[in-house]
Amino acid sequence: MDNLLSIVTFIPALAALILAIFLRGEDDAAHRNAKWVALFATTITFLISLGIYFEFDPADPGFQFVEQSDWLLGLQYKMGVDGISVLFVMLTTFVMPLTILASWDVKTRVKEYMIAFLLLETLMLGVFMALDLVLFYLFFEAGLIPMFLIIGIWGGANRIYASFKFFLYTFLGSVLMLVAMVAMFADAGTTDIEVLLTHEFASETFSLMGFQIVGGLQTLLFLAFFASFAVKMPMWPVHTWLPDAHVQAPTAGSVVLAAILLKMGGYGFLRFSLPMFPVGSEILAPLVLWMSAIAIVYTSLVALVQEDMKKLIAYSSVAHMGFVTMGIFAANQQGVDGAIFQMLSHGFISAALFLCVGVIYDRMHTRDIDAYGGLVNRMPAYALVFMLFTMANVGLPGTSGFIGEFLTLMGTFQVNTWVAAVATSGVIFSAAYALWLYRRVVFGDLIKESLKTISDMNSRERFIFAPLIVMTLLLGVYPSLITDIISPSTAALVDSYDNAVAAAQSATQTASN
Amino acid sequence: MIQADLNTILPEIILAVFAMLGLVAAVYTSKDKLAPALVWVTGILMVLLAIWIGAAGGVDKIAFNGMFIDDGFSRFAKIAILLSAACVLVMSQEYMKRRGLLRFEYPLLVALSVVGMMVMVSAGDLMSLYMGLELQSLALYVVASLRRDSAKSTEAGLKYFVLGALSSGLLLYGASLTYGYAGTTLFSGIIQTAIHGEVSVGLLFGLIFLISGLAFKVSAVPFHMWTPDVYEGAPTPVTAFFATAPKVAALGLFARLLHDAFGAAVSDWQQVIALLSVASMFLGSVAAIGQRDIKRLMAYSSITHMGFALMGLAAGTVFGVQAMLIYVAIYITMNVGTFAFILSMERDGQPVTDINALNLYSKREPGRALAMLVLLFSLAGVPPMLGFFGKFYVLRAAYEGGLAWLAVAGVVASVIGAFYYLRIVYYMYFGEEGSELETNRSPVLWVFLMASAVIMLLGVVNMFGVEGAAAAAAATLVN
Repeated sequence: MDNLLSIVTFIPALAALILAIFLRGEDDAAHRNAKWVALFATTITFLISLGIYFEFDPADPGFQFVEQSDWLLGLQYKMGVDGISVLFVMLTTFVMPLTILASWDVKTRVKEYMIAFLLLETLMLGVFMALDLVLFYLFFEAGLIPMFLIIGIWGGANRIYASFKFFLYTFLGSVLMLVAMVAMFADAGTTDIEVLLTHEFASETFSLMGFQIVGGLQTLLFLAFFASFAVKMPMWPVHTWLPDAHVQAPTAGSVVLAAILLKMGGYGFLRFSLPMFPVGSEILAPLVLWMSAIAIVYTSLVALVQEDMKKLIAYSSVAHMGFVTMGIFAANQQGVDGAIFQMLSHGFISAALFLCVGVIYDRMHTRDIDAYGGLVNRMPAYALVFMLFTMANVGLPGTSGFIGEFLTLMGTFQVNTWVAAVATSGVIFSAAYALWLYRRVVFGDLIKESLKTISDMNSRERFIFAPLIVMTLLLGVYPSLITDIISPSTAALVDSYDNAVAAAQSATQTASN
Repeated sequence: MIQADLNTILPEIILAVFAMLGLVAAVYTSKDKLAPALVWVTGILMVLLAIWIGAAGGVDKIAFNGMFIDDGFSRFAKIAILLSAACVLVMSQEYMKRRGLLRFEYPLLVALSVVGMMVMVSAGDLMSLYMGLELQSLALYVVASLRRDSAKSTEAGLKYFVLGALSSGLLLYGASLTYGYAGTTLFSGIIQTAIHGEVSVGLLFGLIFLISGLAFKVSAVPFHMWTPDVYEGAPTPVTAFFATAPKVAALGLFARLLHDAFGAAVSDWQQVIALLSVASMFLGSVAAIGQRDIKRLMAYSSITHMGFALMGLAAGTVFGVQAMLIYVAIYITMNVGTFAFILSMERDGQPVTDINALNLYSKREPGRALAMLVLLFSLAGVPPMLGFFGKFYVLRAAYEGGLAWLAVAGVVASVIGAFYYLRIVYYMYFGEEGSELETNRSPVLWVFLMASAVIMLLGVVNMFGVEGAAAAAAATLVN
């Protein structure tokens, strides 16, 4: 099939359209139909996307399954995947059926809920497949709308504040990227990402309003993209929207947010910042590395004092994303491989952790850690699952969490030993907050009256966790499953980055001689 | 010779004669009973004229020794003006009728003001510029105060008249200065004096006064003060009209004057327009945050959008004009839909304009709420709605015109602006259960709302060919 990517991308949107037009009524039957249509659509999407996975040729570092046609204003509708993006596509199609299953108990406005999630899936897939700047921006930005509504309509008590903060924060970040894209369009004359990857943006120092801009245009473009991706990632100190959004979002919203939406920032760094503005990246890499190290330590400490389970996991997400940015801007093979691995593994682990919170939230309607204790007595299966993912979150060898953290630390160590040392201490903190959380919720005596009747996971919940457990353990013991696919692309990326930086350095040397 | 000239302005003549005949017919027959039919006939005539102008196309013609120019640019603007005016007329028929406002003067005054607008965008001379502008303005002053028994409406009309007269005075002063220093009122003559060496100080003063007068008409900051009051006070269909066709005409005239008459002195007016643009974008965005009345909110929203449109003009390039035309075309389409929605907001048969009234609107009217959601995100410039592409075009024009700072300022303003559009979404979707809002079930309003929302979504595919038309139009204006 020539347009496999478009088919995969737009199946969920088509299902959303069908739901919007044909489903009427607010009774139980209508709700059930909405859920089944959504589940069916996301599952079909996943099955078809397996075609991408099996047909993908890992040996080829370039873009595959490329489709291209003209659009407005010299823009193009161009889709394609390479080693960097293909696994994110798979992650998205893999997680979405699980989130639909996790939302089976939604009672209010079920049809709109399912439509929002289906549209969100289309937009997220589009982000990872788009090979045109503006097309990328379109998908990237449009994803805000369904997420805004998901938080705002189905969220918790303080959902209004959280949804507005989420929207405006990320919107401000991305509009600066839009200006940078306009500048790139003007400079290169095209928005084709494949062409832009080989285009050299000017890196000669110039002065702007009395400031010397080292690295010239590249630095400015880098900063504009950085504003967008750092917020999306999120990096310290612009992470504050994330805990709010996570806490207020419904469980499935948190899962999508943590498992997929956060990965767009990291993907953006790998797709745009590093390969297109190597000189700018080189100049600002130390800053990003230190910001990542601070993020890891600081947010881990903040996580320690949280009383809300979702907030704790949200802060732990920020810390884990710190490893990702650190790996990316180490800009060597281990670092970049580790960053991608960490993002994928975090996609499974954080999704599972938010689902774990969802399981007990559905029963007790509170996320206060103090409200729980001794769950192991009544919920042994739950205790086991929660423990597995707590360990994976800590980075226990044998789980996928370990590989990602180890690779990024190894990559960073070669570039900046101090940053690696500081970040490693974060690993210890993460063990502290995760294990402490687990102890307070699961162990101890079951003394709280309200918990006496709590029931263990039902078969639907077990079914949701099964694939996540398999993936976490499988990737933990057999990481080549991922690295074999991404390595050719990341090797090419690191190569071109090194060459560009070396060329720029020799150019400055010749100039100064 | 005269025959050819008259042929060139035939669409304007037809519309003007139609308005006169309608006036006579209504006066001598049944007066207001004729009004509903008159509204439809006027609307249909406007659509027919738009189709005719679009289909005739082809050769550029100049009539009356250069006073009247019929080129691709003016045709694009005229089609936009005629279609948006026709939409607003048809939309307003039921609203006006139920509130006893549907007098036969209404469609005829709108038709006359449209004639004025058509002259404006075709003006090739300061005289015809002023004639068109005044014909348009006088008709608009009257329709603003159409609700004779309402203090707010008459106040709006009076305010608009006094401030409008002031701005016309500024414009006229600028025109006489320009005439004095250029020795001619023809645009093609003025541009000759500018080409030969520097622009003289007197001519520069004339230019600034002309710009001030026109900035008033497009309600650019700092000449925007009348906008919120007039938008709020005028009957809603009239507000809808103010927000669409006159903006196209004024921007068209702006572009015509700056490029045809002062195209050789881009650097002299670029900074002024950029300043108007940035001030409008920020003031419009910030001031709208405190508004509770959706009509006032739309007034500030229109100020912001005019700022963006002027950003395209400030670039001073062919692409800039193209971007401006596309922006305006998208803007009026969004506004027609939004006002169709506002017109349908009522309770106990009375119009409601408080945005609080929209609490949980989405539960009762999911379809309409969804369409409005699309329009609001489009107004905010969030992709994938068409409103984003309008912004993308003007940003690119500004950047390529060497105004990168203006582009950055514009996107920051658009984030601030997004807040108040989101707040309406908030009321419609997340709000608390409040007093119910009834919805006018008029199918006409429903059709316009839905059509506008669908255009915002599907236009992403190819913009329905407007892009090419705007490019051709811009190319004829800027040489």
